[in-house]
Amino acid sequence: MLGGMGPSAGVQFEPGVCHERGAAMKNEKKSSRRQLLHAGAVLGGGMLVKAEPGSANGSLGTPLGPYGERSPYEKAVRWRRDTKTPETGSSFTPLADSVGTLTPSSLHYERHHAGIPDIDPAAHRLVIHGMVERPLSLSVAEIKRLPSVSPILVLECGGNSGAEWAAQTAPDVQRSFGLVSCSEWTGVPLSLLLSEAGARAGASWVIAEGADACRMERSIPMAKAMENILVAYGQNGEALRPAQGYPLRLIIPGWEGNTNVKWLHSLKVADQAYMARDETSKYTDLMPDGKARIFTYQMEAKSVITFPSGGQKLPGPGLYELTGLAWSGRGRIERVEITTDGGKTWVKANVQEPRLPIAFTRFRLPWRFDGREAVIASRAVDESGYVQPTREELIAVRGVNSNFHFNGIKKWRVRADGTVTNVEV
Amino acid sequence: MWKYSVALVLAAAAFAQSPKYGVGRAASPEEIRGVGAIIAPDGTGLPEGSGTVAAGREVFAANCARCHGEKGAGDIGPQLVGGQGTLATAKPVKTVGSYWPYATTLWDYINRAMPFDKPGTLKPPEVYAAAAYILNLNGIIEAGQAMDAKSLPKVKMPNRDGFVSDPRPDVGPKAR
Repeated sequence: MLGGMGPSAGVQFEPGVCHERGAAMKNEKKSSRRQLLHAGAVLGGGMLVKAEPGSANGSLGTPLGPYGERSPYEKAVRWRRDTKTPETGSSFTPLADSVGTLTPSSLHYERHHAGIPDIDPAAHRLVIHGMVERPLSLSVAEIKRLPSVSPILVLECGGNSGAEWAAQTAPDVQRSFGLVSCSEWTGVPLSLLLSEAGARAGASWVIAEGADACRMERSIPMAKAMENILVAYGQNGEALRPAQGYPLRLIIPGWEGNTNVKWLHSLKVADQAYMARDETSKYTDLMPDGKARIFTYQMEAKSVITFPSGGQKLPGPGLYELTGLAWSGRGRIERVEITTDGGKTWVKANVQEPRLPIAFTRFRLPWRFDGREAVIASRAVDESGYVQPTREELIAVRGVNSNFHFNGIKKWRVRADGTVTNVEV
Repeated sequence: MWKYSVALVLAAAAFAQSPKYGVGRAASPEEIRGVGAIIAPDGTGLPEGSGTVAAGREVFAANCARCHGEKGAGDIGPQLVGGQGTLATAKPVKTVGSYWPYATTLWDYINRAMPFDKPGTLKPPEVYAAAAYILNLNGIIEAGQAMDAKSLPKVKMPNRDGFVSDPRPDVGPKAR
């Protein structure tokens, strides 16, 4: 988790260092340093008070515990949208409260279609069957004996920020953009398992199925199955959480969350897509002409400012650090640009290194709020050259009824009094 | 595009003739039957048995109507009937009748996931019957028809040709 704190990260450590900025920003740089020095002095003073452990109020702290909890003063939690059945629905990561680039497993977004199953890993098996030379049954322990990898990858629901299409969106970044999270995932390449089973000639699809009550099913082209999919058992240094598919799930880099089948218990190798309910009636993108795009797996470049963002309030004019997250299902973030004048001009944000492919990339930019209303937004460009589009550009092509894969530029309005609102609400 | 760096894993290896690691055991027919992915759009995997629209009315009333409404108009569960002709309008209504491209998907989803609180409890003839009833409510099959492994894949769903492949990137400088 501390990988981002290496020498290259140190280059970005000074918030005043920005690219492509004029004289006004240079002045800001000086004042930001002063502000920082001031902040440091305050912090230093605060730390002095507690410099002698245990002596501050004459009593001992709490004993050591077996499994850590966060401070009781920290209150950020997922937000759950009301549904008619409590076993189905989504819970949204509190993006505005997140720092850095990793999402704690306990705050990872969830999307369930039939509740979270209780699975004993000792009784769980993954069956690989269909068009294979050797139908295989593997225990979780056996899978853990195989060569493993631990990539850091973003996972985003295909329906994240879907309400933006119709501008019936939520007031804050959590509820409008929070179906996205980033974790380190550990597991075995699916290609390795398929090689062990030995796919027969003509095999072109892999049908994945979960062991939840609805037995979630998705069809995955063999080419992708052999490229970089993971059968994962670990998340952020420990076993998957039950809500994240314990004990086994698919992790498919850059593809919509629904294809990352949780509680994985079956992989059927086949010569056709199975046209499962969740890849035909759901997770298809309806266009204005009445045709729907199918197998729209790819998540595209996207970014959002998390501070300041909807529902927050700036205490007054002065210097602030704008910050947010960018990611792309197609690879690394090349750059992030920020506008504070509603899109008329854009400046490059500082981007936290290392920029990992298909992972959260933190961006930051010092900004002086002068007390006049401002519309702020971020725009991500990925290594493929793809530029995050505006909402209007997306709607011009796809209309407003496609539900999925909204990745438009997200604007927040900072009012003169410092309150921040969702422009689209 | 980023790939894993496990040197031993090559793309062509899925089609190799012998296993490299030899972990796991041979999956038994019982194990394979116990997991899903059994119904393909060409009808592969459909079991024996059949169900009529009339029988389906009973199955639906007993198991489905509570959430989907007596005539499939939707309630706690989604609307299953109607919406044909609305997909290109400002308010598209996506149902089995207006949107689903394959009748086999209907059978498969009832079989694997329904009833919502008791999934997997319907017997194959009941699943055929429920599917037949929903298809009939949508005007896709006649009231006298029965569905089985032969007839179900032949049902031409109204929106069978309503799907296109993904053309993205479709906006901006990288648009195709």
